[in-house]
Amino acid sequence: MATIETHEHPTHGEGTEGKGHGLSKKAIWRTFWILLVITCLELIVGMFIAPSFPHHTKIWFNLLYIIFTAAKAFYIIAEFMHLGHEIKNLVMTIAVPAMLFLWFLGAFLWDGNSFKHLRNTINPRDVQKVESKSHAPAHGEQEHLK
Amino acid sequence: MAQSISANQKWWGGGRSPFNVEYGKLMMWYFLMSDAFTFGAFLISYGTIRFATNAWPDPNQVFSSFPLLGHAHLPLVFVSLMTFILIMSSVTMVLAVGAGHNNDRMGVVKWMGWTILGGIAFLSCQAWEWTHLYHQGAWWGRNPFINYDGTQSTTNFSNFFFTITGFHGFHVFSGVIINIIMLLMALNGTFERKGHYLMIEKAGLYWHFVDLVWVFVFTCFYLF
Repeated sequence: MATIETHEHPTHGEGTEGKGHGLSKKAIWRTFWILLVITCLELIVGMFIAPSFPHHTKIWFNLLYIIFTAAKAFYIIAEFMHLGHEIKNLVMTIAVPAMLFLWFLGAFLWDGNSFKHLRNTINPRDVQKVESKSHAPAHGEQEHLK
Repeated sequence: MAQSISANQKWWGGGRSPFNVEYGKLMMWYFLMSDAFTFGAFLISYGTIRFATNAWPDPNQVFSSFPLLGHAHLPLVFVSLMTFILIMSSVTMVLAVGAGHNNDRMGVVKWMGWTILGGIAFLSCQAWEWTHLYHQGAWWGRNPFINYDGTQSTTNFSNFFFTITGFHGFHVFSGVIINIIMLLMALNGTFERKGHYLMIEKAGLYWHFVDLVWVFVFTCFYLF
């Protein structure tokens, strides 16, 4: 028990966390400049470059924005939130559950796209058929209720 | 991270903290994970609706105003200013955490003060933006903007915009409140008596998370 005590408490002070600080002012400002430059690039692309291209090329600009966003997210998490300087156990307990987002994004955007496709390609006559079929049991139900 | 683990160090052998951080900080990380999934669910539902919709309003047309500049067409400029304010307040937050490591009470007070100011500035910008959009006729259930191809737009656009930026703004607001409490505790000497400023780090994690979410909100609403 005594060993646990001695290991738990130094983390509150400077002891074990000391070597992993990474809180040099230089590193903080470096991260700031990276974030600022990426934001400015996004602004320039979004404001001046993308509008002069036809709308169907938007997907490539979106891809570029996703790369910029991921880079910004990485620097905020790794430097400002200090996760890049923590031990691997802690990094993994955050990073592995975050992998769920890959499925989350893939599944739901696919679903949305499929819905658009169905709505654009569905034949209105088929809809009427389905409706007229579904009307019959509804009448039956009402009679049943009476 | 890797250099701190030597080959024969057994993190899970007992007798040491396997994550090498304080309990409260680890729990803050887990809370932020759950919050990330809440925001993720919001943003992905927005993405699903956009993927299911043939056309959508052009953000360069909708978000093109700047305070006091009337009808000047300045797409993205105001929202970039908001982004800059939030990044800047993240920097001052890290500086406050750094001052806490050195047990520098006045340093913590100074940088927390700047962080709170940044948060209030961001909220003020958002209040202006919302008011401006409201006067243009946009609100939950009302959307005056047409799609980029000239077709009639649905109210999904404004519903998602106000719900998600509102939820983010609420996080900024609660972050400002937490930071004010931290500032008062620092002024009061609470952390000095405790001997450490770890509470500032936990508040800092929350504040950076708010900045992180904004990065995604910015991309999803103003760039896509």
